[in-house]
Amino acid sequence: MSKQKKYTREQRGTVGRIESDNPRMTCRNVNVYYGDKHAIIDVSIDVGRNEVIAMIGPSGCGKSTFLRCLNRMNDTIPTCRVTGDIFLDDTDIYEKNIDVVPLRAQVGMVFQKPNPFPKSIYDNIAYGPRIHGLVGNRQEEDEIVETSLKKAGLWKEVQDRLNQPGTSLSGGQQQRLCIARTIAVSPEVILMDEPCSALDPIATAKIEELIDELREHYTIAIVTHSMQQAARVSQRTAYFHLGDLIEVGETKKIFTNPQHTLTEDYITGRFG
Amino acid sequence: MNNTEPEQTDAAQPESPRTIDIVNKGLAKRYGREKRFKMYGFFAVAISLSFLALLFLTIFSNGYSAFYQTYVKLEVFFDPADIDVDDPANSNFPGLVKKTLRSEFPDVKKRKEKKKLYSLVSSGAAFQLQRMIEQQPELVGSTMTIEVPADDDVDMFMKGNISRDVPENERRISDRQLDWIDKWLKEGRIAKRFNTTFFTSGDSREPELAGILGALTGSIFTLALTLLLSFPVGVAAAMYLEEFAPRNRWIDLVEVNINNLAAVPSIVFGLLGLAVFINFFHLPRSAPLVGGLVLTLMTLPVIIIASRASLQSVPPSIREAALGVGASKVQTVLHHVLPLALPGMLTGTIIGIARALGETAPLLMIGMVAFIVDIPKGFTDPATALPVQIFLWADSPERGFVERTSAAIIVLLVLLVVINSLAVILRNRFERRW
Repeated sequence: MSKQKKYTREQRGTVGRIESDNPRMTCRNVNVYYGDKHAIIDVSIDVGRNEVIAMIGPSGCGKSTFLRCLNRMNDTIPTCRVTGDIFLDDTDIYEKNIDVVPLRAQVGMVFQKPNPFPKSIYDNIAYGPRIHGLVGNRQEEDEIVETSLKKAGLWKEVQDRLNQPGTSLSGGQQQRLCIARTIAVSPEVILMDEPCSALDPIATAKIEELIDELREHYTIAIVTHSMQQAARVSQRTAYFHLGDLIEVGETKKIFTNPQHTLTEDYITGRFG
Repeated sequence: MNNTEPEQTDAAQPESPRTIDIVNKGLAKRYGREKRFKMYGFFAVAISLSFLALLFLTIFSNGYSAFYQTYVKLEVFFDPADIDVDDPANSNFPGLVKKTLRSEFPDVKKRKEKKKLYSLVSSGAAFQLQRMIEQQPELVGSTMTIEVPADDDVDMFMKGNISRDVPENERRISDRQLDWIDKWLKEGRIAKRFNTTFFTSGDSREPELAGILGALTGSIFTLALTLLLSFPVGVAAAMYLEEFAPRNRWIDLVEVNINNLAAVPSIVFGLLGLAVFINFFHLPRSAPLVGGLVLTLMTLPVIIIASRASLQSVPPSIREAALGVGASKVQTVLHHVLPLALPGMLTGTIIGIARALGETAPLLMIGMVAFIVDIPKGFTDPATALPVQIFLWADSPERGFVERTSAAIIVLLVLLVVINSLAVILRNRFERRW
């Protein structure tokens, strides 16, 4: 812990390459405040197309807060204020007349705790497409439910009990159901906020496998506490520390040859 | 376990006794405290249950007799000389009853005694005969055996509330009247049977003719209006305040005032109703319309507070899930939050409605305390409500109203139980949708 104190604000600037060759989302000089608290300090980073970017860092470092900026989930917190630019392709998502409803249809989110709706498995998946008007009839709806569940690797387990409540599934199944629900609206970016923290290793392995498959079609940003998980699923990794983005780079490089001493301390387990 | 072992460890560390010994020492005390706490709870429940049982016992033992009423069989000759078939309303039916009674006991000649004889039968007998002729004019000229309600004093005597042993001048029934009743008893012409009048008529000055239906209908009209207005308005207000309202000083002010309103004495709402609905908007006095509006105002804060609490108890993860797939704020609330909060809202509403059902004070202020014989047919007809009826009857000196007061309380309690079970059924149905 004493090591952290050695660094002043100036020394916590970002090292590594923040740009991506093929960016999907570009964030520049993002600051987030919770009332008086400055939670995210001047963060700039790109999220590349069809890549998995992992965000790691000790608790309270702002990685979840930053993730929630990407689909404006922070809007629901009354005291939260965001400045800076976040672009999805070419649109600034924090512009005044941006509607968050279509934005969240484009940038889906999977939460830390599995949170299926207290409805049937079928309705859980069909809800998103229904409200966005993606389905015209029951047949299309059936199709979307089936393909989403197949993509999430849950179809075989639940195909006979689509009418049972989503809450009756096990924790790992519930989380995959939530992923299926997110991909049912065919988003372009999927945000995952510690999706495996409530799951056992077997369920975690399944979700990680799934993330790897989903990369083909989607851009994924994942927040995780497990460095092994970040190493396994991501191509790029971003290390956050007390609201600062300390280091960004290819996952392999970050874990084998970190540039910043803070990153090194964290991944070698000296703190965090 | 070996006994010597702990001694050895004690010897090794004489200064710090083992944790387990400290725990064991305090254990008896801890369990004792637990036991005592359970006992307090048990006694509290037992005492409240016994008081409840006592309440029910008194009310039922006082009230059950009101469900029976003494009737006298009379041989009535519908004399064409007395009855104008075309205009029964102006015919002398009380005279017909008197005539019939005189023919029963021809030896009664003195004016005072005649009066006593007439008072054995309820004044409702004449109306009963009149109704019969109105419905079946062909009865004129025939003789029929008709059961007419006995006077409430006779009824009380038959129910054992007036004793023969009391000296005549302290008794509401004279010796002479007792003789006549005895004669009827011997002939089997006076008997108690189920009191349909109590359930089919409105209020009356005569206990034997008084019924609960007027007050019951009034209460139902009033409560229906209250429910119809307060539930949607209350739920909508709670939803706005909880989910949509901006967090600022004005909303805080509104919240504080809603909480204050819930604590305002109900009679103040009555005054408000009197000033606003009757004096300003000129709505009819004594009407369930105004009663319903006043009770709505009284119930609204309760419903809003309960609904907000139940909205707050919906886990935020559900909201996030809905927002995460791109549902708008309204969709999130209507599709996901409201269904989960509804059972709690219903419970709050039922509590509010049950309180409104038992409310008397505000209804006094808007004139629903009037003596109303007719059964209300709509929201603007003059009406009274069950608790007000109980209040009115409890205030009446006649012995017959004592049992009717208790009987009305029984009806009120039954209505409450019905409403509450309805709430439980509704709640279970909604909760089954996980």
